[in-house]
Amino acid sequence: MNTILSRNTPNSPAPLRTVLELEVNNHAGVMSHVVGLFARRAYNVEGILCMPIGDGAVSRIWLMVGEDARLEQMVKQLEKLIDVRSVQRHGASHEVFVRLEEFFH
Amino acid sequence: MTSAYPPSDTPNPSAPSETLNGAQLVVRLLERQGIRTVAGIPGGAILPIYDALSQSTTIHHVLARHEQGAGFMAQGMARVSGLPAVCLASSGPGATNLLTAIADAKLDSIPLVAITGQVPRAMIGTDAFQEVDTYGLSIPITKHNFLVNSAEELLDVIPCAFRLAASGRPGPVLVDIPKDVQNQTITVEEWPEPGVAVAMPEASGELIARAAAMINAAERPILYLGGGVVHSGATELALALAEKAELPTVMTLMALGCMPHDHKLSLGMLGMHGAAYTNLALDECDLLIAVGARFDDRATGKVAAFCPQAKIVHIDIDPAELDKIKTAHVGIAGDVKAVLQRLLPEVTLHIRTRWLLHVAKLKADHPLRMPGRDDPRTPYGLIHAVANCLDDQATIATDVGQHQMWVAQAYPLRRPRQWLTSGGLGTMGFGLPAAIGAALAEPQRTVVCFTGDGSILMNIQEFITAAEENVNVKIVLMNNASLGLVFQQQTLFYGQRIYASKFNATPDFIKVAAGFGLQTLDLDGASDPQAALAAALATPGPMLIHASIDRHEQVLPMVPPGAANKDMIGH
Repeated sequence: MNTILSRNTPNSPAPLRTVLELEVNNHAGVMSHVVGLFARRAYNVEGILCMPIGDGAVSRIWLMVGEDARLEQMVKQLEKLIDVRSVQRHGASHEVFVRLEEFFH
Repeated sequence: MTSAYPPSDTPNPSAPSETLNGAQLVVRLLERQGIRTVAGIPGGAILPIYDALSQSTTIHHVLARHEQGAGFMAQGMARVSGLPAVCLASSGPGATNLLTAIADAKLDSIPLVAITGQVPRAMIGTDAFQEVDTYGLSIPITKHNFLVNSAEELLDVIPCAFRLAASGRPGPVLVDIPKDVQNQTITVEEWPEPGVAVAMPEASGELIARAAAMINAAERPILYLGGGVVHSGATELALALAEKAELPTVMTLMALGCMPHDHKLSLGMLGMHGAAYTNLALDECDLLIAVGARFDDRATGKVAAFCPQAKIVHIDIDPAELDKIKTAHVGIAGDVKAVLQRLLPEVTLHIRTRWLLHVAKLKADHPLRMPGRDDPRTPYGLIHAVANCLDDQATIATDVGQHQMWVAQAYPLRRPRQWLTSGGLGTMGFGLPAAIGAALAEPQRTVVCFTGDGSILMNIQEFITAAEENVNVKIVLMNNASLGLVFQQQTLFYGQRIYASKFNATPDFIKVAAGFGLQTLDLDGASDPQAALAAALATPGPMLIHASIDRHEQVLPMVPPGAANKDMIGH
């Protein structure tokens, strides 16, 4: 995770999009909880990716969302969700979605 | 099957393993939580739990007549005790009927554990009879929710639900239990500890020091108390802070009672229906100390114009409340009781003669006018007449509407948890079942429920529950044959185009109440209303006290929706 973070150079221009990295408890309702926070604020989630990690008890969710004034509050709301274990913010240039682009032609 | 819990290091030989089904497990876990009263309505998908409940010798089940009533009864119990309370409903319509009471608990941060039956797991997703996505529906209105997959899981989920409901910022938790899980049998070797509130992380000492420095340096500070002060049990500390630093103090609707209404530093309720002097003082303050408050729009009015000259210290247990509406100069995430305990020694004793004199002048020049306060046939007069018959031991509940705001302005509240009202969601129909819940939890008290003719009709079926339980609830019905706040807004802001707010047909409430088995008093026909009230309030048991009021009575002052608080009308 630290290597991912370190690729965001501090002097890069402010991105219009942000990539969020969440670690969540892996169960049937957790995605609903996460995307519901955005949906009920009419805050579009542009990209979403989720896979279990380790033994499968925990999943990692990657979200690509617009960078706007509500983002700070959204991160706090995500952190309040019981099944969300951590939230990290990355720049839009984060490679997780960039590498996926070949599947979206 | 085996227990969800690994074998303990120190097994208790006196507690042999037991074989129970999921329903019995739920009831046993509730008993172990110390739950003694639950409210609910049975139905197909929750019948195993009701069957287990029938065997409990310690839990009293109160049969509501609508699931929303059960939800608000649980809220009433939770609001007066500060502890999570339980409501039960079946699947489908039982669960959907609970939703309003759950949403109400979410917005007012009330600890609630709602348990719903669900169709058997094999039938989930088949549009089975009385199947609804209770889990999905409850996501946005609960603090957390569970769809239980096995009886074993209950050993984790039930204590966890109580822990979550009570910890940090309290709130409702829903546990949806499929019927086959209720019937599933497991062997329990060891019982989990009951779920209780866990302590929050300590707040930053540096931030507390900065807050203290700002309070010490302020010339025109105001203390702004919210419902979090009640939830945290921090009333005495808040009062001590106000007195030590000589802070004029405003309260939100949820915090009424934290500072006695007649305290010399009390400016009463702020916001849309606050007194003019309260909002004008806020307009001039140079420091606002927000404690367990969330800058709700009914409190702030137009946010950009709220306390325009003030720096802000904001203390709240929920980090997401800091900087949500107003950016704080010092924002402290922490339990307000713990923070105030540490803040208090750092605040210097202060004599603020000039500011207090100025506030006193504002109060004298722009008082809260209460026309008719000596006439029990007017709204303010009726409220004072009721208060004259009671002491601080009484609990005061309200419904939602004009009567609620009049009571909030005028009732001499003097202790925390004396006041039960639906703040954030503003749910008409809250009052009667919440009052029943309060009376069930604290049977030694007189519970008064002020209501209106619009609100009471929204959960009037609970009259019969009040009669069945013989609770000491006095329902004071202010009848103006209209939806009063709507009527008022149409009068003031919609060119007097009164539409759908006058009731052209109205029930005979005295007959209705008598039909449900309640005692009744019609103040309209009483030659001495004050004496009649005194006799009625001293009589045990549930009673409807009916009083007609003029439809044209208004709650004033009023900040027009969207306007700045200083631009209130009618003062």
